Amino acid sequence: MTESFIHLAGVSKAYRRGGETHLAISDATFDVMPGELVSLVGPSGCGKSTLLKVLAGLHPQDSGEVRIGSSTHAFDPARDVGMVFQAPLLLKWRRILQNVLLPAEILGLPMAEARERGRALLRLVGLEGSEDKYPYELSGGMQQRAAIARALVHDPKLVLMDEPFGALDALTREKMNLELLRIWKESGKTILFVTHGISEAVFLGTRVIVMTAGPARMADNIPIELPRPRTLDMKTHEMFGEYTRRIYRLLGME
Amino acid sequence: MEASSNTLSRTVLAVLAHLALLAAWYLFVSIGDVPKYVMPSPQATVRALFEENYNWWLNTGVTALEIFVGYFLALAVGVTLALLFTWSQTLEAFFMPLLVSLNMIPKVALGPLIIVWFKYGIFPNSMMAFSIAVFPILLTTARGLRETEPELLDLVRALRGSRWQVFTKIQLPGALPYIFSGMKVGAILAVAGAIVGEFLSSDKGLGYLMLQVQVTLDTPAMFMAVILITLIGVALYGSVLLLERLLVAKDARIA
Ligand SMILES: Nc1ncnc2c1ncn2[C@@H]1O[C@H](COP(=O)(O)OP(=O)(O)O)[C@@H](O)[C@H]1O
Ligand SMILES: [Mg+2]
Repeated sequence: MTESFIHLAGVSKAYRRGGETHLAISDATFDVMPGELVSLVGPSGCGKSTLLKVLAGLHPQDSGEVRIGSSTHAFDPARDVGMVFQAPLLLKWRRILQNVLLPAEILGLPMAEARERGRALLRLVGLEGSEDKYPYELSGGMQQRAAIARALVHDPKLVLMDEPFGALDALTREKMNLELLRIWKESGKTILFVTHGISEAVFLGTRVIVMTAGPARMADNIPIELPRPRTLDMKTHEMFGEYTRRIYRLLGME
Repeated sequence: MEASSNTLSRTVLAVLAHLALLAAWYLFVSIGDVPKYVMPSPQATVRALFEENYNWWLNTGVTALEIFVGYFLALAVGVTLALLFTWSQTLEAFFMPLLVSLNMIPKVALGPLIIVWFKYGIFPNSMMAFSIAVFPILLTTARGLRETEPELLDLVRALRGSRWQVFTKIQLPGALPYIFSGMKVGAILAVAGAIVGEFLSSDKGLGYLMLQVQVTLDTPAMFMAVILITLIGVALYGSVLLLERLLVAKDARIA
């Protein structure tokens, strides 16, 4: 059996506000295999974003073990993380290609090469021809595609996505789900995908990790055994319904 | 195509409005038979320019110098302070409320004090311009620098980006529209500040000249002085607008 790429054991993290401490994550324990796309689902406020920040090395955990990388898959915390958020967060004074190149500039990568890679990634996300446009010239969905290209430009091993499609309309969102699966397959990245869309989590994930709030806690870790490649009509399959029902139940919504 | 013909017709209308004002002034004076010391004609106003005793070149130069010195000092100090505040939250928490309170002082009321402190001449009048212009520049710049999306900072910090990179690549370009909006307000205020300074005490400058000719009721010269002061302001404001056009993307500009 291959070694896991991410290993979390008993990770907890509290925020201190005034005199009070507020537990944002308690006892997160799970493993992610190299090349997996794991969905993290839970109500807002249950600590999903906090967990991603711990993984990105932005906050240290209070206790527990966090290991990223393995003997077969090296991981450099300074350059192997790509991030996508709910808002595209493109710099509005930069053209799309220049936006995509931001991580390469920060890491001081050779720019000629990065530019080639940036162009290739814009092709991969379906934005060929928009390299020289400004963000305001693109729709929300297209801006989010650019943000995904930006998260990949420095060839990180791990991509952390925090509700990346949460602000898109339902149709665009479904389309972006299919696109993400294609990008994931072609790039071979390990992806952690945070969402509060239960059907989105099941549709995309090789696994769904369910978190509940008040107090923050990991409720389940469900391998999704739907066939691949995933297609939208799978959402009507018996099995898909069983997965989503199980998650609704865990979240106390049934 | 439609947009450009729209801007063209707007430009034409703007020019027409200015010409109409000039014509109204001319007609009002020539038909209305207004005394010259109340309202001089446009021709009389222009003729005042040829009065050599008034040293127009020197006085205009001095006023312009006071304004520019005060303004650029305000720009340098305002932006630098705002920057220091983003470096240290404690510094900001300490100084920002203080600056907001100081901003409430009507700076014009400081005039007599500034004269006590700096005597009279170009420098105190620059200080008047500075004291009025620095606050809007400082406050809007600080606001612009604070406006950066925290998640954007996360993105850079996850790559171990330096403070300098955050500043040059994200904060400063993001704050530019705000800085320019402060600079535009500051430009107008700096002109007012310098003139108030000259009214209070000076031996050169257009404000000084206005007080001199007021005694002799040379209203055309006063009109001319006001026009020249306005033109200095227009030149300053226009340069700021031009620079903004070059540096700030159209959709990011703040009125
Ligand atoms: N920087 C912070 N300081 C204090 N509390 C925070 C901070 N960030 C998040 N929290 C709190 O921690 C909890 C989990 O937040 P978050 O990880 O953002 O949840 P989610 O992404 O699942 O909505 C929430 O109750 C939130 O209010
Ligand atoms: Mg969140």
